[in-house]
Amino acid sequence: MNEMSSEEGYFTADGRKIGGVLMEMKNITLRFGGVKAITDISFDIREGEIRAIIGPNGAGKSSMLNVISGFYIPQEGEVWYKGAPRPQMKPYEVAQQGIARTFQNIALFEGMTVLDNVMTGRLNHMKTGLFAQALWKGKAEAEEVANREVAEKVIDFLEIQHIRKTPVARLPYGLKKRVELARALAVQPSLLLLDEPMAGMNVEEKEDMSRFILDVNDEFGTTIALIEHDMGVVMDLSDRVVVMDYGKKIGDGTPDEVRNNQDVIDAYLGVAHD
Amino acid sequence: MSAAFLNTLEVMANGLMAGVLYALVALGFVLIYKASGIFNYAQGVMALFAALTLVGIMEGQVPFSHLINAVLGTDVHHFGWHLPALVGIVLTIAIMVLFAWFVQQVIFKHLVGQEPIILFMATIGLAYFMEGFGDMMWGSDIKTLNVGLPQGGSFAIEDITRTWAAEGERYYGMYIDNLDMIATMVAAVLVGALVLFSQYTKQGRAMRAVADDHQAALSVGINLNFIWVLVWSLAGFVALVAGIMWGAKSGVQFSLSLIALKALPVLMLGGFTSIPGAIVGGLIIGVGEKLFEFWIGPLVGGATENWFAYVLALLFLVFRPQGLFGEKIIERV
Repeated sequence: MNEMSSEEGYFTADGRKIGGVLMEMKNITLRFGGVKAITDISFDIREGEIRAIIGPNGAGKSSMLNVISGFYIPQEGEVWYKGAPRPQMKPYEVAQQGIARTFQNIALFEGMTVLDNVMTGRLNHMKTGLFAQALWKGKAEAEEVANREVAEKVIDFLEIQHIRKTPVARLPYGLKKRVELARALAVQPSLLLLDEPMAGMNVEEKEDMSRFILDVNDEFGTTIALIEHDMGVVMDLSDRVVVMDYGKKIGDGTPDEVRNNQDVIDAYLGVAHD
Repeated sequence: MSAAFLNTLEVMANGLMAGVLYALVALGFVLIYKASGIFNYAQGVMALFAALTLVGIMEGQVPFSHLINAVLGTDVHHFGWHLPALVGIVLTIAIMVLFAWFVQQVIFKHLVGQEPIILFMATIGLAYFMEGFGDMMWGSDIKTLNVGLPQGGSFAIEDITRTWAAEGERYYGMYIDNLDMIATMVAAVLVGALVLFSQYTKQGRAMRAVADDHQAALSVGINLNFIWVLVWSLAGFVALVAGIMWGAKSGVQFSLSLIALKALPVLMLGGFTSIPGAIVGGLIIGVGEKLFEFWIGPLVGGATENWFAYVLALLFLVFRPQGLFGEKIIERV
């Protein structure tokens, strides 16, 4: 993997071209009071790749994702995005920069329909004025139609057409996860963050979700960073893996490299339960 | 048509229009409750404060004049101008927006994620603060609010309805208040605008999103603070409209803040989260209490209007706690 260090990126085993660095975490340290959740971690995410962050429970994976998406602000270190250091930002500002995310415990607008949920992903793509929108005329109408097309395309892609008009509160868990992914995709993000996309799913649902993640990356070229503790799934999905344990980085590389890393085996695979 | 039937019609018409005014107050509650889960006890005081400010600005009153005079030993009371109603309304809206921003930054920004009861207590504090602040700023005397709305009954309607009565009936036409009719039209326009706003604009969508889930709203790039300031501004604007209508009817006085209590049964009926619910709830209570007073009142000695709405609300609480239009309370077991 020596080509990984070059600015031009690298080719994956299945022949996909991975681009330059999209996001880089530099020496991130995050503390909650006296507790260190993340200690001096650095890694990068390249354009077009599927990057996984794995580790046992309490390793600091979710904290890391929350740093990337602006929900937590690290005490030390810098987040570089698109070649420049990112100033301190609120989560909504990070989202406006094209970083979309899903949540481990699902955060959907339960009272809205699936379509409305997905449409909220388009909010930052709406530019026309207030009055034009209220009266739905001219440019505003064209814009609404364009945004609606993006939303419908995503809905088609994730095969949730049949529940378009269903209020989200009525959906089963697995479908909710998919709707959340749809909303994040509707943003047309530069970087998509998935927090345990397979948590709580049965085998069939996990396979579906894996397929969708691969398809999204393949079809739209979306860069994806995901957290997961199901090792099998991660190894099949991702191009490169960061392994965390007790807030520290203990491994970083291709799935094969990580699998053969002694530290990783000790910390993580050693206690794997299946 | 018989005179008795026409009388009933008249009572209903007046009930509908009273209901619109209740609905106007209730609407302010719904807006804030929907978007932030805060039951805003201060909504009635906001209407009072808005009306006081409007009168003060139009009449060129010097704000805090008593305080200034007491501290500096001066004797200023008036700037000596009279502004047209429109200018006064625009300036008052600006002040209500400023107020919304202040409330969000100073109070509710620091209470995000707190228990509903804590948020509610905060609004009680806010209500008393505003009442005192309004008193200090504009004085506590009763003021007349004249924004050029017509007063008194409508002669046109009286003349038309007089001809509806059957031959030989002694009927003198309906008494419909001009101000009530205008209030009804204004409320209809306001509700239409609010519905368009919340259904079709970016900010409206964002508002509904924030109401539903904060985290999810953040993740799609919605600025929560901005939305809350927006919602409080809208509630301030609705309060101003309600303040104008009630103020023009019965003068701007501190009992105006008690109209909030009239909005409570409306909310119980309509549901706390539904804009159409607030309207329909207001109308039902308006018509209900007038008809009840008209039919049953004489049998029980009258004054039923004081309690009818609350008893109705109580019945709803027992049999349909989410109101007519409120979101269903679904609990998964």
